Amino acid sequence: MAKLVLQGVRKRFGQNLVLDGIDLTVSQGEMVCLIGASGSGKSTLLRCINLLEPIDDGTIHLDGVDISEPGYDPQAVRTRIGIVFQSFNLFPHMTAAQNVMLAPRRVLGRRPEEMAGPVEALFDRFGLKHRMGHYPDQLSGGQQQRVAIIRALAMSPEIMLFDEITSALDPELVGEVLDVLRQLRAEGMTMVLATHEMGFARELADTVCFLDGGRILERAPPGTLFTQPREERTRAFLSRLL
Amino acid sequence: MPNPDQGGAAALSAAPTRREIHEARLRRRSGAIAAGSTLLVIGAIVLFVPMAPGWEAVRRSFFNAEVFRKTFPGLLEAFLVDVAIFLWCAPAIALLGLVIALCRDVRAPALFPLRLFGALYTDVFRGLPVVLVVYLIGFGVPGLGLPRPWNSPYIWGSLALILVYAAYVAEVIRSGIDSIHVSQRSAAASLGLSEADTMRYVVLPQAIRNVAPANMNLFIALQKDVALLSFIGPVEIFRQAGVYKSLLANFTPYVGAALIFLAITIPATRYADYLLHRQRRRQS
Ligand SMILES: Nc1ncnc2c1ncn2[C@@H]1O[C@H](COP(=O)(O)OP(=O)(O)OP(=O)(O)O)[C@@H](O)[C@H]1O
Ligand SMILES: [Mg+2]
Repeated sequence: MAKLVLQGVRKRFGQNLVLDGIDLTVSQGEMVCLIGASGSGKSTLLRCINLLEPIDDGTIHLDGVDISEPGYDPQAVRTRIGIVFQSFNLFPHMTAAQNVMLAPRRVLGRRPEEMAGPVEALFDRFGLKHRMGHYPDQLSGGQQQRVAIIRALAMSPEIMLFDEITSALDPELVGEVLDVLRQLRAEGMTMVLATHEMGFARELADTVCFLDGGRILERAPPGTLFTQPREERTRAFLSRLL
Repeated sequence: MPNPDQGGAAALSAAPTRREIHEARLRRRSGAIAAGSTLLVIGAIVLFVPMAPGWEAVRRSFFNAEVFRKTFPGLLEAFLVDVAIFLWCAPAIALLGLVIALCRDVRAPALFPLRLFGALYTDVFRGLPVVLVVYLIGFGVPGLGLPRPWNSPYIWGSLALILVYAAYVAEVIRSGIDSIHVSQRSAAASLGLSEADTMRYVVLPQAIRNVAPANMNLFIALQKDVALLSFIGPVEIFRQAGVYKSLLANFTPYVGAALIFLAITIPATRYADYLLHRQRRRQS
């Protein structure tokens, strides 16, 4: 069943048309990877999906409801769609646990004592139980990024968006964050991720979309897209990576 | 990334390296040069200033030990008035400054008048000499012929200080708010936090911490400017020194007052500098 449907989504910054008619369908439990050159619009697309950026044209349906309609409450959408950024964006004045508990407390009205158990379980699941009381600057990049993922998961989102979450990490820390994604994948989380990790996309994605100049130029299962790209530009992009 | 092992490694190597010995020697040498030149300057002052023709007269009227001993306790007591005025003004300033700063940050179009008010407020009160505001409010409002407790210069003088300093504090807080990167607001929004919660839990705590040293400098300036209230009545230290001066025909009480101010402001300024320095180091 289609969980998320984008139709003809356009987004411009001033004169710059950054998304030029994006059509994308994401099914329940599907993992979609967005690949493409820098500036092709991957981050913008993700930010539009959870309404951090308003779109100029087209529609976005979540469970059949048009969430892109002007006036639709963005807060309600953001509690259902989580996003993790390249640069972690943890709140530096709060411990890892406080980072995770802020939104459930303020947005969902959870009381700290009822959250304590589930939050600890979440930290434990991603191997960070002993870091709950640490501040972000006391954590490695990989640990910070995992806390950011836990923070998004604590809202029990139905869809997770990941924007190049390993790009700012030292190579030896990439693995631990990818492991978290593998775990989420195994649990059946619906995910859309922008990534430069082609090996990872190939291993786990159901679908890979190649973005070019604000359009989805090619969309296929990884086995097809990486080995027999249909478009010349896709081939050029992939050959530059290898 | 701070490496916890570094400290341990340094502590382990007990014997100083060749470079450490060299650097220690350099440090000792520059320390000796600094001490030497300072002594030279002080020596010159002690030697030559008393040779000035008017020195005897200045010493008698500004540095009279007898007058100093007689007036210093009274000055200290009067300084308590300064401290009291400071203590009730400071929280009011912090609160009003915060409110004005928040006014200037509202985005909703319906609240535009608040924004305008905030901008006007800070422009006006930062654009006037403090002493002028003290005069206008301190003389002007009681001039309305208000009944007994309400015509007190303490109230209206304090209000003048509160109004002026809140404008400066608001600007400092606003610069702190601006210094928080948009990605922090973005992250908060992406979790579904409202604008108000984002400000209260994410932006403000960081902003206020970032500008704490700047605010401390403002409050040090406030402690000094309390003396301006002497112009409209309250007998605080500056006024008390004036009374002693007329009484004893001697300026030493002013020097005493200056020393009392410095005893407070120098340590406070040093502490603010220390905070700033520590913050810079942490951010780099
Ligand atoms: N807030 C903004 N204001 C103006 N232009 C923007 C803004 N955000 C993105 N852009 C522009 O939109 C285009 C697409 O940017 P986007 O960040 O979505 O690309 P990307 O595919 O994520 O690139 P990268 O791989 O470098 O992250 C770029 O040309 C960028 O300059
Ligand atoms: Mg990007």
